[in-house]
Amino acid sequence: MTYLRPSFRHPEQPINELGFTRKDYEGALSTLCAGCGHDSISAAIVQACFELSIAPHKVAKLSGIGCSSKTPTYFLGNSHGFNSVHGRMPSVATGANLANRDLIYVGVSGDGDSASIGMGQFTHAVRRNVNMMYVVENNGCYGLTKGQDSATADVGSASKKGEPNPFEAIDLASIALQLGASFVARSFSGDREQLVPLIKAAISHRGFAFIDVISPCVTFNNNPASTKGYEYVRDHLAATGTVDYVPFKQEISASYAEGESKAVTLHDGSVVQLRKADPELDLNSRRSALRLIKDYRAKEQILTGLLYMDEDSQDLHEIIGTSKTPLQALTEAELCPGQKVLDKLNDSLR
Amino acid sequence: MKRIEAVNDFVIKFANVNGTGSASANNMFAKALFRMGLPVSPKNIFPSNIQGLPTWFEVRVNEKGFLGRRGGIDMMVCMNPQSMAKDIKELESGGYFLYDSSKPLDLRLLRSDVTFIGIPLRDLCRREFSDPRQQQLFRNVVYVGALAALLDIEFDVLTGLVADQFQGKEKLITSNVRALELGYHYAAENIDCPLGIRVERRDAVGDAILIDGNTASALGAIYGGASVAAWYPITPSTSVVDGFDKYCKRLRIDPASGNKNYAIVQAEDELAAIGMVIGASWNGARAFTATSGPGISLMSEFLGLAYFAEIPCVLINVQRAGPSTGMPTRTQQSDVMACAYASHGDTKHVLLFPATAQECFSMTAEAFDLAEELQTPVIVMSDLDLGMNDSMSPPLSWDDQREYRRGKVYSGEQLEAMSERFGRYLDTDGDGIPYRTYPGAHPEKGAFFTRGTSRDEYAVYTEDSAQYELNMQRLLKKWQTASTKVPKAEACNASGAADVGVIYYGTSHEAAREAVDSLSRAGIAVDTLRLKAFPFDDGVAAFIDSHKQLFIIEQNRDAQMRSLIVNECLVSPRRLVPILNYGGMPITARQIESDICRHLDENKVQPLRAAKETV
Repeated sequence: MTYLRPSFRHPEQPINELGFTRKDYEGALSTLCAGCGHDSISAAIVQACFELSIAPHKVAKLSGIGCSSKTPTYFLGNSHGFNSVHGRMPSVATGANLANRDLIYVGVSGDGDSASIGMGQFTHAVRRNVNMMYVVENNGCYGLTKGQDSATADVGSASKKGEPNPFEAIDLASIALQLGASFVARSFSGDREQLVPLIKAAISHRGFAFIDVISPCVTFNNNPASTKGYEYVRDHLAATGTVDYVPFKQEISASYAEGESKAVTLHDGSVVQLRKADPELDLNSRRSALRLIKDYRAKEQILTGLLYMDEDSQDLHEIIGTSKTPLQALTEAELCPGQKVLDKLNDSLR
Repeated sequence: MKRIEAVNDFVIKFANVNGTGSASANNMFAKALFRMGLPVSPKNIFPSNIQGLPTWFEVRVNEKGFLGRRGGIDMMVCMNPQSMAKDIKELESGGYFLYDSSKPLDLRLLRSDVTFIGIPLRDLCRREFSDPRQQQLFRNVVYVGALAALLDIEFDVLTGLVADQFQGKEKLITSNVRALELGYHYAAENIDCPLGIRVERRDAVGDAILIDGNTASALGAIYGGASVAAWYPITPSTSVVDGFDKYCKRLRIDPASGNKNYAIVQAEDELAAIGMVIGASWNGARAFTATSGPGISLMSEFLGLAYFAEIPCVLINVQRAGPSTGMPTRTQQSDVMACAYASHGDTKHVLLFPATAQECFSMTAEAFDLAEELQTPVIVMSDLDLGMNDSMSPPLSWDDQREYRRGKVYSGEQLEAMSERFGRYLDTDGDGIPYRTYPGAHPEKGAFFTRGTSRDEYAVYTEDSAQYELNMQRLLKKWQTASTKVPKAEACNASGAADVGVIYYGTSHEAAREAVDSLSRAGIAVDTLRLKAFPFDDGVAAFIDSHKQLFIIEQNRDAQMRSLIVNECLVSPRRLVPILNYGGMPITARQIESDICRHLDENKVQPLRAAKETV
């Protein structure tokens, strides 16, 4: 969509702890279709990073190929970005993370990118618990090639072309749960109030934080027969509860009734507070999350919100025991053992 | 019968069953000769299998120092009834055949021109060792002991090797030495020792070491500063990462914290392996992967991205016999084209061709400098023969004054001082190589979007034809710069003007060197050119222009390097006569020599008058 964004900003727009305004977290103008759910997700990422007071240059944003993977251009313009190869963002992100553990990694992918061509890489990034936020902008179709069904399209759901999808859908949140993801959430691009705190929690979480965001494709999959259109999703939403993200240093002021709420302290000291809508949900139980997803599905409802969290998980670096100094910052003296060591080695090979 | 008589110049081959522990005994044999100051080149010829199939070990001894395969077998040590008939046939006339005489030999297999030497290995072991597994394992050590008597190997050298190998395990030392003695005494007492072929101590190895190319590459990666390795297991490259792991555990652990100054990830496939390497390199670490042909096929899409988005990365391709799964445990140089132009669209990649283990070390380390200087993938083109076999090599050396060449990277301070807009793909210096920045370098300057889609000089997406072409032309200019930075082809000129020029690369080196030496002694002067890298430097075209008769030696069916030269140096294919070997075994000096001679003979044009005079 082509339009002009006014450069005017309110003279007293708020600034965050680092002195940045929200504008400092914005990117280039979006070229996606007007009303695309993905743009709302970009806006939520901007809002979350602003509120978290993240230095934009300390974020690396990575994506694969597709409409969703275009979006990193549209947020965090002062961050390095990497629009890689279709379905291969997880490996590039893993390598980048190995090289520099001190940056924040934001991965953006789509349902084609993660549930089809990149299914293998997605699952292995999950099981390695790479420290990153991994957002799937899930619209159930291939937008950039004009609306073919994707692997997350529900059985019987029909896109604009009208043919009902005959194949079983892949639920990426369930798969992430089964493979050991340490943070799993689902949201809806139209629900910014839920999405922003989820993104903040995902970024603060240490380990692989997965958010499946249902994000309608206004052009090819927003018709009445689609289960990923705005109308259907709005009518069939159920939330695990209200999620609040309370940053480190800030007091938890809201009061929650015992038993209906759950507070989880992240490793950086910030707190995720969930006011549970369903008392059945146990945030630290994969089984509970998997069961609830199924139960709501049986009721033809989409369960959104925070589904599972393991705040004590070890990320890839901790699992393999790499140095605290980022590998990319090691000096030549630390990397190269020198001739003396070779002399000894040569002796042992004679 | 005329027996082969030779001192310090013969080929001996061991025929074993894989999984029976023969490899360590055979290695001990080769190393013993090496410790007697004799150049040796052992080659392991093994099946794609773990247990029960035939496996061979061929050892060339040559005091002049020719280490390629010569061709032909002078002595066979046959421990495998499965392959015996074929093994006997393979022997040169006048050769020697050592077998286990615990069972009688099938008389139909006898050859009148071969000396048969029976040693009751199984029976000797049964008498000496009670444990059946030991009986099996020590059979191999017993024949090494027997060979010491038959070939005049110094017995102390063998016991010294056993002591080194089993340091601190007295029991094992005693039993191994006992097994060696068993064979030695039996042979000394029952057979006329030494045979016509034998060894004598020399001082012909100097300070050389015995090392396999993959271990040397692994060390090259450590010395070259690699801190991230991502890989997927594949023969014959696996031992590169095994070696990297082994030596990193010794050399790259932070003494204070015990943490690793490196990361190794076994990826889910080769696509992920190269993806991780690209991600790590993009983020400022030196990263590499090791693979073989099938892996290169899978990595090709990513190689196109790295070429186009200009991300350094290093690959060690230990080539094997293709296509498809091909012969995974046999050698070839058949990925030349697949690597040179890997990926769709217009792409070209820098290739390095090591010929020795020492070059596996130095070229792997160099590959990291080149990749970062040129901001592009660099592929080290090793092969199974070089990678998996021990070979005699000059000692590995490293100049402690040397500094890594990290290429054009703007630091945070440089960005801070910049007044103009940073352009990731701007050709500021006119050599086609732009400046890059690492993520996180500076709060406001230097960020850019890396992409495989077309973009302008400021890394902004564009579909503008002129911008696209400008970028593709700059990549060509960078390619031109690359040709001045990669190792130059090595010319070796015969004394006097030679009409004949021979071009080769990689592991054809040793066999080619020997063939050329032999030809020159027969009066045929030959100049040689050993290719060390792609893109070719100007010397390659000059060499071709200055010779009338040119040969190119390759270990693949289609003469792939010839195609590359024809394409890149604009040479007529008629100018390059291919000498090819692609059966999976390393090329031999005899084949090269006879192929060259045959071609020269066939094309000898006799002047008309001279022909009449001879009538």
